[in-house]
Amino acid sequence: MATAAEHQTARSEADQAAADAARTAAHTAAFDAAVAADERIEPRDWMPDAYRASLVRQIAQHAHSEIIGMQPEANWITRAPSLRRKAILMAKVQDEAGHGLYLYSAAETLGASRDELLDKLHSGRQKYSSIFNYPTLTWADVGAIGWLVDGAAITNQVPLCRCSYGPYARAMVRVCKEESFHQRQGYESLLALSRGTEAQHAMAQDAVDRWWWPSLMMFGPPDDESSHSEQSMTWKIKRHSNDELRQRFVDICVPQAESLGLTLPDPDLVWNEERGHHDFGAIDWTEFWAVLKGNGPCNEQRITQRRNAHEEGAWVREAAAAFAAKHGEAKA
Amino acid sequence: MSSSTEWPLWEVFVRSRRGLSHTHAGSLHAPDAEMALRNARDLYTRRSEGVSIWVVPSAQITASSPDEKDSFFEPAGDKPYRHPTFYDIPEGVKHL
Repeated sequence: MATAAEHQTARSEADQAAADAARTAAHTAAFDAAVAADERIEPRDWMPDAYRASLVRQIAQHAHSEIIGMQPEANWITRAPSLRRKAILMAKVQDEAGHGLYLYSAAETLGASRDELLDKLHSGRQKYSSIFNYPTLTWADVGAIGWLVDGAAITNQVPLCRCSYGPYARAMVRVCKEESFHQRQGYESLLALSRGTEAQHAMAQDAVDRWWWPSLMMFGPPDDESSHSEQSMTWKIKRHSNDELRQRFVDICVPQAESLGLTLPDPDLVWNEERGHHDFGAIDWTEFWAVLKGNGPCNEQRITQRRNAHEEGAWVREAAAAFAAKHGEAKA
Repeated sequence: MSSSTEWPLWEVFVRSRRGLSHTHAGSLHAPDAEMALRNARDLYTRRSEGVSIWVVPSAQITASSPDEKDSFFEPAGDKPYRHPTFYDIPEGVKHL
């Protein structure tokens, strides 16, 4: 038999639950209205837990991609063919580090911690773009990466400048401005090779042959197999579908390849008058999933190098922290 | 290996050129103020985007609460007469 006091407690708990539910409903309505009105959600605003989690996942993966993306190109810094190309390449790799930092900061506004994000990268619990698991075999790969990989990234990232989450959108504005240099330097470098000796031309063509299909895979799986797409579109984190952006990229690249004097390695690539777009061949999604699952040519190498860099840099971080503590400045 | 205590977070404000005020550019981690300034230079002014940088420990910023945004800013909401466009001036009157 329940006592009067127990009845009282039960009632106040029910009241509390009802009040919480009402507050959540009001918050959800305000959030939905802001997204619908194309307003930006800012860090301290209420947001659904799933929206927060989805953003952290996407921004972290994006940040990790920038950081891991430094490796394939840095591989060529010491062997750049001229001082001009070397200075450009160093600036580009430094930009990628910068992009990673803008993005980690954006993820931190959602409550993620930097250490935790790095931990998840190092332990493989968070992913980075599969494109960086391909090797850079020749100098021409640096050009092909700038043109195709950064080109695909820009196609993906320009719409993200209007993403519903303010800090992510602002980081992307900065990133996109800088990526434009990346793409142009790559194109210029490939053009120089394409117009060079026969061997140089062949090297440029070989690089394009190897990077074309992986670049198309950067847009992610086809729309009907993309697990996060629909919800992200509703939340306006994403503005266009994977297939739509992939098509846009193909249409942009075809005339650019012609101007380069290089061919894209797809016999089925043809202009479709009716659609007003290029048709292109089927993508080998088994390769995509294999690389994503860790079986690409360089997965092991990339993550090992990343872990080593982090561990070998530990003494620098510790020394800086010790210096700050000694001088009493790290009060923040 | 190392202790997992993160370096503190700093907010970065950049004056893009003389005559303009500092604007929030983003944030970064650094062990102390001097390193925060150097990191901010490398991170936010790689293309001469600034002539002056402020760094402020993020923990030192006090912000208004988004939950009370309506009530907090409400006092200004019903005072359109604070704007010049509130006033009707006859056609032809100049320098007003």
